[in-house]
Amino acid sequence: MAIEVRIPTILRTYTGGAKVVEGAGATLDELLSNLDKEHGGLRDRLVDGEKLRRFVNVYLNDEDVRFLGSLETPVKDGDTVTVLPAVAGGSR
Amino acid sequence: MLIIPRALHDQIVAHARKDDPDEACGMLAGPAGSDTPVRFIPMLNAARSPTFYEFDSGEYLRVWRQMEDNDEEAVVIYHSHTATEAYPSRTDISYAGWPDAHYVLVSTRDPDQAEFRSFRIVDGVVTEEPVEVTGSPE
Repeated sequence: MAIEVRIPTILRTYTGGAKVVEGAGATLDELLSNLDKEHGGLRDRLVDGEKLRRFVNVYLNDEDVRFLGSLETPVKDGDTVTVLPAVAGGSR
Repeated sequence: MLIIPRALHDQIVAHARKDDPDEACGMLAGPAGSDTPVRFIPMLNAARSPTFYEFDSGEYLRVWRQMEDNDEEAVVIYHSHTATEAYPSRTDISYAGWPDAHYVLVSTRDPDQAEFRSFRIVDGVVTEEPVEVTGSPE
Protein backbone atom coordinates (compact mmCIF):
# COMPACT_ATOMS: atom_id res chain seq x y z
CA MET A 1 0.00 0.00 0.00
CA ALA A 2 1.27 3.44 -0.81
CA ILE A 3 -0.09 6.99 -0.81
CA GLU A 4 -2.33 7.79 -3.75
CA VAL A 5 -1.90 11.26 -5.26
CA ARG A 6 -4.51 12.67 -7.68
CA ILE A 7 -3.08 15.05 -10.24
CA PRO A 8 -5.06 17.75 -12.10
CA THR A 9 -4.96 18.00 -15.90
CA ILE A 10 -2.54 20.89 -15.94
CA LEU A 11 0.17 18.91 -14.08
CA ARG A 12 -0.16 15.65 -16.01
CA THR A 13 2.69 16.65 -18.30
CA TYR A 14 4.92 15.68 -15.37
CA THR A 15 3.29 12.28 -14.87
CA GLY A 16 3.17 11.10 -18.47
CA GLY A 17 -0.54 11.85 -18.54
CA ALA A 18 -1.37 9.86 -15.42
CA LYS A 19 -4.30 11.11 -13.34
CA VAL A 20 -3.18 9.17 -10.26
CA VAL A 21 0.36 8.41 -9.09
CA GLU A 22 1.70 6.73 -5.98
CA GLY A 23 4.39 7.78 -3.56
CA ALA A 24 5.77 7.35 -0.08
CA GLY A 25 6.78 9.54 2.81
CA ALA A 26 6.00 10.39 6.40
CA THR A 27 5.06 14.01 5.65
CA LEU A 28 3.62 15.82 2.63
CA ASP A 29 7.06 17.39 2.13
CA GLU A 30 8.72 13.95 1.93
CA LEU A 31 5.95 12.63 -0.31
CA LEU A 32 6.41 15.46 -2.82
CA SER A 33 10.19 14.93 -2.89
CA ASN A 34 9.59 11.23 -3.38
CA LEU A 35 7.22 11.87 -6.30
CA ASP A 36 9.67 14.28 -7.84
CA LYS A 37 12.20 11.45 -8.30
CA GLU A 38 9.97 9.73 -10.81
CA HIS A 39 8.10 12.83 -12.02
CA GLY A 40 10.82 15.46 -12.20
CA GLY A 41 9.62 19.04 -11.95
CA LEU A 42 6.34 18.19 -10.24
CA ARG A 43 7.46 19.33 -6.80
CA ASP A 44 8.53 22.73 -8.06
CA ARG A 45 5.01 23.38 -9.40
CA LEU A 46 3.62 22.82 -5.91
CA VAL A 47 6.32 24.17 -3.63
CA ASP A 48 8.07 27.52 -3.68
CA GLY A 49 11.13 27.28 -1.48
CA GLU A 50 9.71 26.11 1.82
CA LYS A 51 6.02 26.77 1.23
CA LEU A 52 3.14 25.42 -0.80
CA ARG A 53 2.37 27.70 -3.74
CA ARG A 54 -0.85 29.66 -3.47
CA PHE A 55 -1.92 28.56 -6.94
CA VAL A 56 -2.67 25.02 -5.78
CA ASN A 57 -4.95 23.48 -3.19
CA VAL A 58 -3.59 20.27 -1.68
CA TYR A 59 -5.92 18.03 0.29
CA LEU A 60 -5.14 15.09 2.56
CA ASN A 61 -8.22 12.88 2.31
CA ASP A 62 -11.04 15.42 2.90
CA GLU A 63 -9.10 18.35 4.32
CA ASP A 64 -7.06 21.18 2.89
CA VAL A 65 -3.52 20.71 4.23
CA ARG A 66 -3.29 24.44 4.95
CA PHE A 67 -5.49 23.67 7.97
CA LEU A 68 -3.45 20.64 8.98
CA GLY A 69 0.30 21.25 8.83
CA SER A 70 0.94 22.37 5.28
CA LEU A 71 4.14 20.70 4.11
CA GLU A 72 4.66 19.18 7.56
CA THR A 73 1.31 17.39 7.47
CA PRO A 74 1.88 13.74 8.40
CA VAL A 75 0.81 11.25 5.73
CA LYS A 76 0.64 7.45 5.77
CA ASP A 77 -0.08 4.47 3.57
CA GLY A 78 -3.67 4.35 2.46
CA ASP A 79 -4.08 8.15 2.44
CA THR A 80 -5.22 10.00 -0.65
CA VAL A 81 -3.70 13.35 -1.51
CA THR A 82 -5.62 15.46 -4.06
CA VAL A 83 -4.10 18.41 -5.89
CA LEU A 84 -6.41 20.98 -7.50
CA PRO A 85 -5.48 24.28 -9.15
CA ALA A 86 -6.74 27.11 -6.92
CA VAL A 87 -9.62 28.95 -8.55
CA ALA A 88 -9.26 32.60 -7.68
CA GLY A 89 -8.77 36.01 -9.17
CA GLY A 90 -9.81 39.59 -8.83
CA SER A 91 -10.36 42.90 -10.45
CA ARG A 92 -6.65 43.61 -10.63
CA MET B 1 -16.52 29.91 -29.08
CA LEU B 2 -18.81 29.48 -26.09
CA ILE B 3 -22.29 28.13 -26.79
CA ILE B 4 -24.46 28.62 -23.72
CA PRO B 5 -28.18 28.11 -23.15
CA ARG B 6 -30.11 31.26 -22.26
CA ALA B 7 -31.14 29.85 -18.88
CA LEU B 8 -27.56 29.23 -17.76
CA HIS B 9 -26.45 32.65 -19.06
CA ASP B 10 -29.23 34.31 -17.07
CA GLN B 11 -28.43 32.34 -13.91
CA ILE B 12 -24.82 33.55 -14.05
CA VAL B 13 -25.86 37.18 -14.52
CA ALA B 14 -28.43 36.91 -11.70
CA HIS B 15 -25.78 35.48 -9.38
CA ALA B 16 -23.42 38.35 -10.21
CA ARG B 17 -26.16 40.91 -9.54
CA LYS B 18 -27.14 39.25 -6.28
CA ASP B 19 -23.61 39.20 -4.83
CA ASP B 20 -22.73 42.70 -6.03
CA PRO B 21 -20.76 44.56 -4.64
CA ASP B 22 -18.82 41.37 -3.84
CA GLU B 23 -17.48 39.36 -6.74
CA ALA B 24 -19.54 36.27 -7.55
CA CYS B 25 -17.99 33.02 -8.79
CA GLY B 26 -18.95 29.55 -9.90
CA MET B 27 -18.90 26.96 -12.65
CA LEU B 28 -20.99 25.33 -15.31
CA ALA B 29 -20.39 21.59 -15.45
CA GLY B 30 -20.97 19.42 -18.48
CA PRO B 31 -20.21 15.86 -19.61
CA ALA B 32 -16.45 15.27 -19.80
CA GLY B 33 -15.12 15.98 -23.27
CA SER B 34 -18.41 17.48 -24.53
CA ASP B 35 -17.57 21.19 -24.15
CA THR B 36 -21.30 21.62 -23.45
CA PRO B 37 -22.39 23.40 -20.27
CA VAL B 38 -25.36 21.77 -18.61
CA ARG B 39 -25.32 22.29 -14.84
CA PHE B 40 -25.12 25.61 -12.97
CA ILE B 41 -22.90 25.47 -9.86
CA PRO B 42 -22.70 28.79 -8.00
CA MET B 43 -19.83 28.75 -5.52
CA LEU B 44 -19.16 30.68 -2.34
CA ASN B 45 -16.61 33.46 -2.74
CA ALA B 46 -14.53 32.68 0.33
CA ALA B 47 -12.82 36.06 0.02
CA ARG B 48 -16.21 37.85 0.05
CA SER B 49 -14.56 40.87 -1.49
CA PRO B 50 -15.45 43.46 -4.09
CA THR B 51 -12.03 43.02 -5.68
CA PHE B 52 -11.00 39.39 -5.11
CA TYR B 53 -12.59 35.97 -5.28
CA GLU B 54 -11.55 32.45 -4.45
CA PHE B 55 -13.42 29.18 -4.31
CA ASP B 56 -13.93 27.94 -0.77
CA SER B 57 -11.43 25.15 -0.43
CA GLY B 58 -13.74 22.53 1.13
CA GLU B 59 -16.69 23.27 -1.15
CA TYR B 60 -14.39 23.06 -4.17
CA LEU B 61 -13.18 19.56 -3.21
CA ARG B 62 -16.74 18.30 -2.65
CA VAL B 63 -17.99 19.76 -5.93
CA TRP B 64 -14.96 18.46 -7.84
CA ARG B 65 -15.50 14.95 -6.49
CA GLN B 66 -19.17 15.07 -7.47
CA MET B 67 -18.14 16.12 -10.97
CA GLU B 68 -15.65 13.25 -11.17
CA ASP B 69 -18.34 10.79 -10.02
CA ASN B 70 -20.72 12.17 -12.67
CA ASP B 71 -18.02 12.04 -15.35
CA GLU B 72 -18.35 15.81 -15.73
CA GLU B 73 -15.83 18.56 -16.14
CA ALA B 74 -15.83 22.33 -15.54
CA VAL B 75 -16.85 23.66 -18.95
CA VAL B 76 -17.19 27.25 -17.70
CA ILE B 77 -15.54 28.95 -14.74
CA TYR B 78 -17.18 32.32 -14.17
CA HIS B 79 -16.72 35.29 -11.92
CA SER B 80 -17.82 38.88 -11.83
CA HIS B 81 -16.12 42.25 -11.69
CA THR B 82 -18.24 44.82 -9.93
CA ALA B 83 -16.50 48.06 -10.90
CA THR B 84 -14.24 47.17 -13.79
CA GLU B 85 -14.68 45.71 -17.26
CA ALA B 86 -15.48 42.08 -17.99
CA TYR B 87 -11.91 41.26 -18.96
CA PRO B 88 -9.43 38.97 -17.15
CA SER B 89 -7.14 40.87 -14.81
CA ARG B 90 -3.50 39.98 -14.21
CA THR B 91 -4.58 38.09 -11.11
CA ASP B 92 -7.25 36.19 -13.05
CA ILE B 93 -4.65 35.17 -15.62
CA SER B 94 -2.11 34.08 -13.02
CA TYR B 95 -4.62 31.74 -11.36
CA ALA B 96 -6.18 30.23 -14.49
CA GLY B 97 -5.37 26.57 -13.86
CA TRP B 98 -7.98 24.75 -15.98
CA PRO B 99 -6.76 25.19 -19.59
CA ASP B 100 -9.79 23.50 -21.13
CA ALA B 101 -12.33 25.74 -19.39
CA HIS B 102 -14.08 28.77 -20.84
CA TYR B 103 -13.42 31.66 -18.46
CA VAL B 104 -16.54 33.82 -18.33
CA LEU B 105 -16.34 37.32 -16.93
CA VAL B 106 -19.44 39.30 -16.04
CA SER B 107 -19.30 42.95 -15.17
CA THR B 108 -22.03 44.52 -13.06
CA ARG B 109 -20.52 48.00 -13.12
CA ASP B 110 -23.51 49.28 -15.09
CA PRO B 111 -26.75 48.87 -13.09
CA ASP B 112 -28.84 48.34 -16.23
CA GLN B 113 -26.67 46.39 -18.63
CA ALA B 114 -24.44 43.51 -17.52
CA GLU B 115 -21.41 42.68 -19.67
CA PHE B 116 -20.92 38.97 -20.37
CA ARG B 117 -17.73 37.88 -22.16
CA SER B 118 -15.83 34.62 -22.51
CA PHE B 119 -12.12 33.85 -22.81
CA ARG B 120 -9.67 31.01 -23.09
CA ILE B 121 -6.65 31.40 -20.83
CA VAL B 122 -3.84 28.99 -21.67
CA ASP B 123 -0.23 29.36 -20.50
CA GLY B 124 -0.86 32.94 -19.49
CA VAL B 125 -2.30 33.94 -22.87
CA VAL B 126 -5.84 35.38 -23.02
CA THR B 127 -7.93 34.90 -26.14
CA GLU B 128 -11.43 36.31 -26.25
CA GLU B 129 -14.03 34.14 -27.94
CA PRO B 130 -17.52 34.82 -29.24
CA VAL B 131 -20.49 33.90 -27.05
CA GLU B 132 -23.59 32.39 -28.60
CA VAL B 133 -26.61 32.35 -26.31
CA THR B 134 -29.10 29.72 -27.47
CA GLY B 135 -32.77 29.20 -26.78
CA SER B 136 -35.75 31.53 -26.59
CA PRO B 137 -35.26 35.10 -25.38
CA GLU B 138 -37.40 36.19 -22.44
